[in-house]
Amino acid sequence: MTARVGVVTFPGSLDDKDAARAVSLAGAEPVPLWHADADLKGVDAVVLPGGFSYGDYLRCGAIARFAPLMSELVPAARSGALPVLGICNGFQILCESHLLPGALTRNSSLRFVNRDQVLRMENTSTAWTNAYDEGQEILVVLKSGEGGYVADEATLDRLEAEGRVIARYVGANPNGSRRDIAGVANEHGNVVGLMPHPEHAVEALTGPSTEGLGFFTSILSHLASGTPAQV
Amino acid sequence: MSEVPGLDTVIAANDTPHIPQPYAELGMAKDEYERVREILDRRPTASELAIYSVMWSEHCSYKSSKVHLSQFGEKAPDNDALLVGMGENAGVVDVGDGRAVTFKIESHNSPSFVEPHQGAATGVGGIVRDILTMGARPVAVMDALRFGPLEADDTKRVLPGVVSGISFYGNCLGLPNIGGEIGFGAGYLGNPLVNALCVGVMRHEDIKLAQAPGPGNKVVLFGSSTGPDGIGGASVLASANFDEESHTKRPSVQVGDPFMEKLLIECSLELYAKDMVVGIQDLGAAGISCATTELAAGGTGGMNVQLDKVPLRDHRLTPEEILMSESQERMMAIVEPAKMADFLAICDKWGVLADEIGEVTDVTPEEAERGGRLVMTWHGETIVDMPPRTASDEGPVYRRPYARPESQDALQADDAAKLPRPQGDPELREQLLRVLGSPGVGDPTWITQQYDSYVRGDTVVSTPHDSGMIRISDDSDRGVALATDGHGRFTRLDPYAGTRLAYAEAYRNVSVTGARPLAVTNCLNFGSPEDPGVMWQFAESTRGLADACQQLGTPVTGGNVSFYNQTGDVPINPTPVIGVLGVIDDVNRRLRSGFDSEGSRVFLLGETRPEFSGSAWADVIHEHLGGLPPKVDLAAEAALGEVLATAAERGLAAAAHDLSDGGLGVALAESALRGGKGLRVELDGDAFTELFSESGARAIVAVEPGQEEEFVALAGEHGVPVTQIGTVGGDSLTVTHPGGVVEIALTDLRTSYEAAIPAVMNGV
Repeated sequence: MTARVGVVTFPGSLDDKDAARAVSLAGAEPVPLWHADADLKGVDAVVLPGGFSYGDYLRCGAIARFAPLMSELVPAARSGALPVLGICNGFQILCESHLLPGALTRNSSLRFVNRDQVLRMENTSTAWTNAYDEGQEILVVLKSGEGGYVADEATLDRLEAEGRVIARYVGANPNGSRRDIAGVANEHGNVVGLMPHPEHAVEALTGPSTEGLGFFTSILSHLASGTPAQV
Repeated sequence: MSEVPGLDTVIAANDTPHIPQPYAELGMAKDEYERVREILDRRPTASELAIYSVMWSEHCSYKSSKVHLSQFGEKAPDNDALLVGMGENAGVVDVGDGRAVTFKIESHNSPSFVEPHQGAATGVGGIVRDILTMGARPVAVMDALRFGPLEADDTKRVLPGVVSGISFYGNCLGLPNIGGEIGFGAGYLGNPLVNALCVGVMRHEDIKLAQAPGPGNKVVLFGSSTGPDGIGGASVLASANFDEESHTKRPSVQVGDPFMEKLLIECSLELYAKDMVVGIQDLGAAGISCATTELAAGGTGGMNVQLDKVPLRDHRLTPEEILMSESQERMMAIVEPAKMADFLAICDKWGVLADEIGEVTDVTPEEAERGGRLVMTWHGETIVDMPPRTASDEGPVYRRPYARPESQDALQADDAAKLPRPQGDPELREQLLRVLGSPGVGDPTWITQQYDSYVRGDTVVSTPHDSGMIRISDDSDRGVALATDGHGRFTRLDPYAGTRLAYAEAYRNVSVTGARPLAVTNCLNFGSPEDPGVMWQFAESTRGLADACQQLGTPVTGGNVSFYNQTGDVPINPTPVIGVLGVIDDVNRRLRSGFDSEGSRVFLLGETRPEFSGSAWADVIHEHLGGLPPKVDLAAEAALGEVLATAAERGLAAAAHDLSDGGLGVALAESALRGGKGLRVELDGDAFTELFSESGARAIVAVEPGQEEEFVALAGEHGVPVTQIGTVGGDSLTVTHPGGVVEIALTDLRTSYEAAIPAVMNGV
């Protein structure tokens, strides 16, 4: 049976179509989920896409956290049962929901940055990164205005010690992220937040590479294996 | 007297026919005011005066430009692809497979000077709503920008503000920004140009028009509530009715909320998909005045509006202010009564405010003859009773006097051929690097990396390549390409030729990515139409564009005129920005401008003549503007375009790049930098002429070894001169010529190319 991966649309979500396309290209069935329905439609995993949910009013992701859908999603994700990938604004929502530690802040340049970005994959055992090799460098798209990952030193030390930094920026730090962190996982490895956009590197015609597809094939392998997620 | 203090009603207008009215303060000429009195057979109410003053403004009525713009229709080439022509919110062209594309470019120049961030942001918002109004999903945006000299103090205020506004608004809408252009020049210091383009895709049957048919149908206002922003002249009317103390200063630049616009887009598209609207109009310039008069004029001619039902952000707004408000993110729809409940439910789903404010009415034959009947009430009292067509379609038309300025002869006689030329290879090298690194030619990444170019996942070609190209849908290989070009210096030297050169460049930019040009939009940026010299430039420019479009079979589908771009008595260089749209059957065949395949042969297509007047070289090295612009040869442009599109189709070209600003030298440098490979080039003629001439109808093409013969034969078939000038490889640009050799390492090219804008703007 084909895996069913939900893609949530909040008001102001923008890369939902792209996330659904990436899910399809990986061989899974994308299932549209609506922010106002407290119904996960029995999906096997969820992608929180990029964009500006609720216009980024108050703080990026701060209002989306309270969407009816999140009342279903948060407990399932926190328990380790439901794999969730948050991309860009999705990452911000995961932090605001306290499913991931830390926060995303204004780029150090104070300007939006759109560029092709190399990442080094650091943890390749999570539900969303198992298709990669540890240390593998991949070229994806970074496009965000509030992409600087911050957390207190103790939290950063703990994330590193537990292997929960899943990817780092290679080369000049694009946004002031602490310790060049591009993405982190929760302690179960089922929830992953990533500031760059792997869903924009899935077709040679439109992306800088096809190396982002691994995030989406990873979840298929993970679901097929039937084992719980791990860090 | 009215029940509402200070309210000017139709009854009051009849009772007090001779009270003075502030038409002059609203920008209306005395004879225009007299004409309103004639139409109404009484004095207008304050609300009617508000409507006529904005609808008959230059911006809305095109009263100075109309007589010249009519050529675009009169000289329009036969083209089956044109589904909706000029006059609607945007033109629509057939691109095959039952799909259609709508596109338009519009200026937001003055607001962007006053308040760069919001001015530019709402410029994007306005053009996106024009496209949405046609029934299409907006799929991409572009911007053509002109600023004062990069180093000027005010440019450090205007440029970052404009860019952040476009970035903020466009990125939040989820529309990829796929290209455009950036220019600098002294005249733009007090008159920056911010021209925003949007393109949308739809099926043929989804085309929507601004019309209000069917008596009994409801008039619904949806989107943002109406506030006091963007009200220009209305405060004049207001102060005529109220004491000045009661009104605070209000912003005349609108404030944008892209989140609301995103909701409005998704909401409108769902309304269209479920067939909920019979007519639709966005609220842009002139707000409710424009939407009601145009919808009514396009339908039965009759409409009743209860203006007090308009939801307000500020309950103190007067009827005149509501009519003139340019609050953003609003639309007006005509809805059948039976569908109202479903319509409102869809709006509610998207969190979009929607209010019924009136209905379509029948008109008598006599009323139809007069131009229909639009009636507006305010808490039960009639404040507007006028024929809407007289405001929307029958505004004044001026034949402004125009004359070729006497100074034009001296300007044209001052040829750049007499300027000192570089002596020897070191100076050639140094001047090439200076032109390459000048702000208008150099790397725009500091600006463009603030725009999202990837969202929606259909961007096939984008900045810095020659056009932006979008796959029209996931399930099709078909694509559309768009390029905008304007050339203020060439157009100043010769408005007729300069406009044709801008058109030719946009045409070439579309061709060089492998698409075939199909249709045109334009944004005509000029000084004051009251200056006969400027009006001559405008007349020559429009004649040039109309003739060019007729010759190459690409109809003008719509556009925008921006007058009064001048500081004191000094107008900007006339800057018509021409947008060309093309179609490619298979986006997998698209060409980009980086020469990255080692060993490929480099060919030059077209003929190089010693043409330097108005060139980037004359401007950057000598700060010189004079002479006649390069020769225009549209037949050669068409032949070149056909060679490029066919080469792309047959897989005969690995990459291609057009020659424009800076000429061959700059084009070679850009293709080398973008491909990350060196180029070894041999030129037979005079190195200076070959490298810096800006002759039109030229491009460079990289061709894989083994395909040279077929490529040369293809060029020959179309009569396009073709010369093999070099090979891709190495880590420098090496140009060997009869007098010596110029060699520049890629790292040196890159340093010069990338330096200018970051050096000034980082840290601002």
